[in-house]
Amino acid sequence: MSEPKRERPWIMRTYAGHSTARASNELYRTNLGKGQTGLSVAFDLPTQTGYDSDHPLARGEVGKVGVPVSHLGDMRTLFDGLPLERMNTSMTINATAPWLLALYVALAEERGENVAELRGTTQNDLVKEYLSRGTYVFAPEPSLKLTTDVVAYTVEKVPHWNPTNVCSYHLQEAGATPVQELAYALSTAIALLDSARARVPADIFPEVVGRISFFVNAGIRFVEELCKMRAFTVLWERICKERYGVTDEKLTRFRYGVQVNSLGLTEPQPENNIVRIVLEMLAVTLSKDARARAVQLPAWNEALGLPRPWDQQWSLRAQQILAFETDLLEHEDLFTGSVVVEREVKALADAAWAEVEEIERRGGVIRAVESGYLKQRLVESNAARLARIERGEQVVVGVNRFVESEPSPLVENLDEAILTVDPAVEAEQIAALNAWRKQRDASRVEAALRGLKDAASKGENVMPASIAAAHAGVTTGEWAAALREVFGEYRAPTGVAGASMPSATSDATRVQALRDTLTGLEARFGRRPKLLVGKPGLDGHSNGAEQIAIKARDVGFDVVYEGIRVTPEQLVASALEEGVHLIGLSILSGSHLVLALDVLDRLRAAGLDVPVVVGGIIPDADAKRLLAAGVARVYTPKDFELSRIMEDLVALVAERDAA
Amino acid sequence: MRPEPTIDPRELARGVRARDKASIARALNLVEDRRPSARATVGALLGALREETRRDDAPRGARVGLTGPPGVGKSSLAAALARQLRRDGRSVGIVAIDPSSVKSGGALLGDRARMGFDPTDNSLFVRSLATGGEAGGLSWSTPAAVHVLGAAYDVVLVETTGVGQTETDVRHVADTVVLVIQPGSGDVLQFLKAGVMEIPDVLAVNKADHEELARRALADLRGALHSLSVVGASRELPLVATSASTGRGVEELVAAIDAHHAELASRLAEHRADGERAWTTHLFVRLHGEHGVTTLGGRAALLDAVRDELAKDGASAPTACAALSARFLSTMQA
Repeated sequence: MSEPKRERPWIMRTYAGHSTARASNELYRTNLGKGQTGLSVAFDLPTQTGYDSDHPLARGEVGKVGVPVSHLGDMRTLFDGLPLERMNTSMTINATAPWLLALYVALAEERGENVAELRGTTQNDLVKEYLSRGTYVFAPEPSLKLTTDVVAYTVEKVPHWNPTNVCSYHLQEAGATPVQELAYALSTAIALLDSARARVPADIFPEVVGRISFFVNAGIRFVEELCKMRAFTVLWERICKERYGVTDEKLTRFRYGVQVNSLGLTEPQPENNIVRIVLEMLAVTLSKDARARAVQLPAWNEALGLPRPWDQQWSLRAQQILAFETDLLEHEDLFTGSVVVEREVKALADAAWAEVEEIERRGGVIRAVESGYLKQRLVESNAARLARIERGEQVVVGVNRFVESEPSPLVENLDEAILTVDPAVEAEQIAALNAWRKQRDASRVEAALRGLKDAASKGENVMPASIAAAHAGVTTGEWAAALREVFGEYRAPTGVAGASMPSATSDATRVQALRDTLTGLEARFGRRPKLLVGKPGLDGHSNGAEQIAIKARDVGFDVVYEGIRVTPEQLVASALEEGVHLIGLSILSGSHLVLALDVLDRLRAAGLDVPVVVGGIIPDADAKRLLAAGVARVYTPKDFELSRIMEDLVALVAERDAA
Repeated sequence: MRPEPTIDPRELARGVRARDKASIARALNLVEDRRPSARATVGALLGALREETRRDDAPRGARVGLTGPPGVGKSSLAAALARQLRRDGRSVGIVAIDPSSVKSGGALLGDRARMGFDPTDNSLFVRSLATGGEAGGLSWSTPAAVHVLGAAYDVVLVETTGVGQTETDVRHVADTVVLVIQPGSGDVLQFLKAGVMEIPDVLAVNKADHEELARRALADLRGALHSLSVVGASRELPLVATSASTGRGVEELVAAIDAHHAELASRLAEHRADGERAWTTHLFVRLHGEHGVTTLGGRAALLDAVRDELAKDGASAPTACAALSARFLSTMQA
């Protein structure tokens, strides 16, 4: 019997990076040695939001959720011994994407590598940053312009590069239904291509269309998710052909990478997550006609903290087993002709198309972001999802059903079951940054920054000036500060004010009891209890904070919510000026110790005696420290019952005197 | 429950006047307090603030109301205005009002999200208030909050909810009312013409993000406004095209507000006294309803009584209202 012809497997990646460029470089080499076929660089939040490691907002965030890259020197270290021409590097970078690509290109140039041969992806999709992930810097218009700069530059100079990865991934994490995910991502791609069409020569525009790729999510309802992927291919082809007149099949193919769902990973019985991860992977690999080009899987313990290399290896092995042990890659498309799949695909595609048209009617995706329409729809969907879980209509094994469990040997010693970043990393990184600033030619740096500002204010492509700046030794913070000067800084709508709660919940009696209690407290205090919901630090994952805010309003609190990226100093100023009775902090970047303790210190200094609760991905040992330091309550992903959290908050306020 | 710390209204007023943020915050907490037991202290605080302000002749507390339909960008424009005023060296207090949910009584106070101010700036203060079921786009405590912030800062911005078209109350707390609209919002003009909405002192067309849009929006409005003179606008309404996102027109808007304030100077005291009387009347009617009004001899008699009470030394709307309440209750008992 002859060997059956096998399809080439997808690119296998692990989203990785932490501490320093040196530590991350070692991690990449190890991962490649284990059979990983592409790199996926996780940058820390200061790098993603355009701050150097010594900026006040960077405090506690350096090296936490990714690697800090402040200048060309860091890039050299990060890719030490890794020939760029032979890598396929995906960078999860958005607001500062032109800059990180400029550093990558500058590194290739100085090494004498061929820039035209570089392969990889810059995520470079700002729309989903406003809606979900929160690492935007500039307003939608200039952001779209910067994204288009990268597209226009790479199509000409780095033809194999994917300049932008339109992300529906983060929309699902923010609560999007499959229909919303389809519609919002496709509308984003439309805005991008409309903008690019106006800026590139007509003859190369079809190539631009062909370079647009997507980054999607796959949730646990894997049949629906499989159909969603097929619906994407149908709709994308329609858009390419009908809207842009591109017919070459190579250019109209829906190309996408995947990170499967992290939102559904549970903190209780975390070992079950590996099963969820594998099932979710099936949704994006089973269909040959709609198969992912690249897959990265989360680790089983992501709801507990940062995964260790071993945790990530487990996920990589899951991919390798599917690709190399099973017979999946020996077959043609498994679902062609399936009545059920075709019916589901059509239903999803039709509903999504109606929503694409609705967004068109609202003036396109940029307007729909600015007006808060999209954000509000997502906040509503997420509230509905959480309510279904709380009512037990959506089963989550180990969370709202089958909760009894033997003690798990995997998390026996929980604090060793996650990665902790050495707090000394921040000081080291800052020292290295200062040394870098000292050794460079200041006049060259100044000239490069002038050139950059000049290009930006004239509306020219910022890529050439950015690459020149990279060579001159400019830092990430300086690059972003120059553009902040030209474009200003943006704060996106929070979507909470207009969002409505799903009605007729089964916890109506609990909600009513809370409302009565709060009305009683209002009479006792003379004014309605007021809650400040804060997201200190650079972490932009605001879903938790938003859900707390709207639920708190729903039970009768007056809620002050300032949106993402506020400093502890700002929070304390707000607490004072607003006269709040309670403060809730949401921190998901792992910087909870530094930030929450800073808030407590500043409250004390301001003479404010207001209870503080903290929510986030907080390991047990950290929770104990926070409580010992004076935090009133700590909430982690296992506290999924919003009503119970509200009961706690109301009780905390009731214990206090009138402020 | 621990006993409440006793508040010395005079000391608190001095703290407010000295722009001490903790004092201002406490004063605002106090004026928001709706318990009957707090009324006397609130009245005393407002009286003390008035004295403090009178003693010191630094011109402080220009009151600017920002009103307009939802979604026109009032918060962003308020933030842009505040930044411009700070650049000019003026201190700013902001009262931002959001609607309360009818169902739960709670509210989402989201305006700070749009502002992103420097927390170390001692000359800027933002307080968000919920309407708590009040109609008219303001909250119960707005007039008092404006008094507190007005005693501390050069300019007080009051941003209304923008939920209704009948936001006429802002007229009573603001010296200058700015109506914020979007380009192409012809319906607002219909409201103005129909008298549903009061004629503002300044009209700002926000979201005029580029030159062409700004030019067109202004031209449209100028044409449409012509017909307004028919319905009683005594002077040409200043029109400014603004963009909170780019900062376009914000300096011009400040200039238009200043110009209006200067023009108002000779009538300012009377205008504010009108507002004070409206507030007192409002408080009284809230407490005793139409029955109270009739008992004191009808609207005109009530207004006279309000005028007399406010003329007394150290009086403020809450103390005047308390005196009228006492009179009403004694009439009832008689």
